Amino acid sequence: MNEHSFFFTAMIYLAAAVVCVPVAKKLGLGSVLGYLLAGVFIGPNVMGFIGAEGQDILHFAEFGVVMMLFLIGIELEPSLLWKLRAPIIGLGGMQVLISTAVISVIAWWMGQPWNAALALGMTFSLSSTAIVLQILKEKGWMPSAAGQSAFSVLLFQDIAVIPMLAIFPLLAPVGAATSTGGHTTFREGLPGWMQTLMVFGAVITIILAGRYLVRPLLRLVAQVRVRELFTTFALLLVVGISVLMTLVGLSPALGAFLGGVVLANSEYRHELESDIEPFKGLLLGLFFIAVGASIDFKLVLSQPLVMLGLVLALMMVKCLILMGLGKIFKLSTDQNLLFGYSLSQVGEFAFVLLSFTRQNGILPDATASMMTAVVALSMAFTPLVILLYEKLLQPRFTITESSTREADAIDEKNPVILAGFGKTGNVIGRFLLANGVPTTILDLDSDRIDMLHNLGIRAYYGDASRQDLLHAAGAAEAKIIIIATDTIDQTAEIVKVVRQHFPNLQMLVKAATIPDTFDLMELGVLHIYRESLDTSLRMGADALHMLGFRAYNARRAASTFRQHDEKALKELSALRDDRKTYLNTFKERIEEMSKLIQTDKVKPWNDEILSWDERSLMEEEGNPEIEGIPDANSSEEILNVKKENT
Amino acid sequence: MAKILILFAHPALEKSRIHAGLLKNMKGLQGVTVHDLYEVYPDLNIDADREQALLLQHDIILFQHPFYWYSAPAIIKQWQDLVLEHGWAYGHTGKALSGKRIGNVISTGGSQQSYTVGGHHGCTIHDFLLPFRQTARLCNMEYLPPFVIHGTHRLKRSDLPFCCMQYRETLEALRDDKYSPAMLQEAAYLNDLIAQTSDSN
Repeated sequence: MNEHSFFFTAMIYLAAAVVCVPVAKKLGLGSVLGYLLAGVFIGPNVMGFIGAEGQDILHFAEFGVVMMLFLIGIELEPSLLWKLRAPIIGLGGMQVLISTAVISVIAWWMGQPWNAALALGMTFSLSSTAIVLQILKEKGWMPSAAGQSAFSVLLFQDIAVIPMLAIFPLLAPVGAATSTGGHTTFREGLPGWMQTLMVFGAVITIILAGRYLVRPLLRLVAQVRVRELFTTFALLLVVGISVLMTLVGLSPALGAFLGGVVLANSEYRHELESDIEPFKGLLLGLFFIAVGASIDFKLVLSQPLVMLGLVLALMMVKCLILMGLGKIFKLSTDQNLLFGYSLSQVGEFAFVLLSFTRQNGILPDATASMMTAVVALSMAFTPLVILLYEKLLQPRFTITESSTREADAIDEKNPVILAGFGKTGNVIGRFLLANGVPTTILDLDSDRIDMLHNLGIRAYYGDASRQDLLHAAGAAEAKIIIIATDTIDQTAEIVKVVRQHFPNLQMLVKAATIPDTFDLMELGVLHIYRESLDTSLRMGADALHMLGFRAYNARRAASTFRQHDEKALKELSALRDDRKTYLNTFKERIEEMSKLIQTDKVKPWNDEILSWDERSLMEEEGNPEIEGIPDANSSEEILNVKKENT
Repeated sequence: MAKILILFAHPALEKSRIHAGLLKNMKGLQGVTVHDLYEVYPDLNIDADREQALLLQHDIILFQHPFYWYSAPAIIKQWQDLVLEHGWAYGHTGKALSGKRIGNVISTGGSQQSYTVGGHHGCTIHDFLLPFRQTARLCNMEYLPPFVIHGTHRLKRSDLPFCCMQYRETLEALRDDKYSPAMLQEAAYLNDLIAQTSDSN
């Protein structure tokens, strides 16, 4: 493949995604369906931009699933995984066993020999981790009962793939070439006990290496302070796990998941997450496109009714089994519907298993390619089924008002606009809403917006530094804008736009650091709130209290310190020379900090409190015992008093 | 045996001699609950439900505090504003505190002489406590004479044990209902009654 054609193919994929996904999202269809449609569009049946190489891309893009499971693992504390053990083994195990049995019987009844029927049963019992988790995450349904159950089942299916791969060669008809379909692994040719030992060995290697090898390595790599090296290492980690797992014949996705769980408590968790995330997103998108492109429409159209019937019957059977299990595991009707609907398709692993059956002669070529089309169609139908659930079924069960969302059109005129619904913003928003203050929430994180929608809170996706958006949000009539965006650049942009176009708004602005605070002061912001100041002072005050200071004294000390700190900061800002180029920001920060600490020493704020001190009065009255009065700062006395009171 | 609730308010107990001593000396006294308002509510955000429940569990309520600016520290006022709700403490249906006794335990810098008509402060302690007295009446409570420690600025460390002992005895006598209504009616300070009972014994 020459360079030109490689870039041309890349351009086709990227362009198709960029065009189809926003359109699909705008229509409320979700990104997965967007990618699938993009794949269909550029595939051999419509535009014909990509042909047979789509299959290779599919295999390559499956790596996105591995990355997704790594990310899911890293977000999952081991303790939480332990809590999920009952649904994973119970619900997941029953689902795989019953679905395999039922589908096998049906296939056998439809005239397949028993070995082919069993292979189809096992293949079709699996669901698509990639599609289901992506949809559940996008809709913010992961934490729901249905989401947790679906996740448990998918996890078990990933484990179940291992014995399936072992059973498949046994199903091959006698005399057929028992090739393993290119999956040459270390394990073959070894006695059974050795194979088992290797599987356990690989799992234990991942756990031990994750604990004792990867963490120090991550620290080393982080210390080099080359940003992309960390990304490289993160990728190496996931790829390495995949290679190891493939070598011993285990599911790479499962290995990556395990690796993620082991690193869930690591201090580099968030860096790893944010480094892998974009790769995962790109590869999954590519994967969905490849699935779309791989649907053989010629085959489908040659016998459309049969194909459609097969797909619908298959999904119905899977769905009914799932909902039966959901009932046993006490899911509510609406959650159970979501659970059944979401897992009713066949998973990406079926592509692997089906090519396996073809090579082993378990299934004739014609049947195998027909089944492949069935799998792809069932995956393509999933977003539609979920859409059906969301628009038609869910509203009947949820009492809250319908979840129809007007994308971006803001029809509210509230007195408060809250820009940024992150760590700080979400507490402010909750506080205002709890006190009945109608607030218009703007945020740039679409996942967050979706989550809020699902909670019944109206929030709008958009960049609050855009004048038209602010206007639409009612900035001309509002009284206050609270700016709690994540970066100082965003914050400064919003401040400038508000000053210029909406002078009627009072601004309350969050600042993360002292340099940010200075920047905002220079922009003329009056109400600046340093992110960690109040928390720090509350912790400090509680520490004083625990040491035996009176609660009220500790509280006043914190309050006084804050006033002192803010005043000192203002003075420092005035003194700061206006050289804008920060040659050595870190050094500057240290200097500023040391200046601040010096002012702390010069003004012993706590001694300034003369009220409630009777020493001067005693002096006036000529009492010789002034010295006998306990000193506010002698903690020994305070500790005594404290003990007596409790 | 009556139950006593002491609503204690001192914004800077770490600087106090008298109140730290009084509290220390009566520690563990049976039937007496000390409720340290500034310690429990450093942000003055008083939990009215909790306070009302505490009041219902006791028969005698005593505000113990320094006599700042002829009145109590700020938290006592905040407490009154939030806890003594209309319809609960007063008003047609407000009978929750009816029949309970209430009073003040205070320390002042000035001597007893200075708290006389024509004295340095111009009025008696009894006069200055008018808002507390009337509050008690409005809540259908019986207002007790105050327990007062005068001249705290001149007080020597050696005088403390006597004050503490007096206070402890007063609390015990109130708890065991040793004072007749007539005695309470007549006394200017609760302190005076100690002398009487110990005289009669």
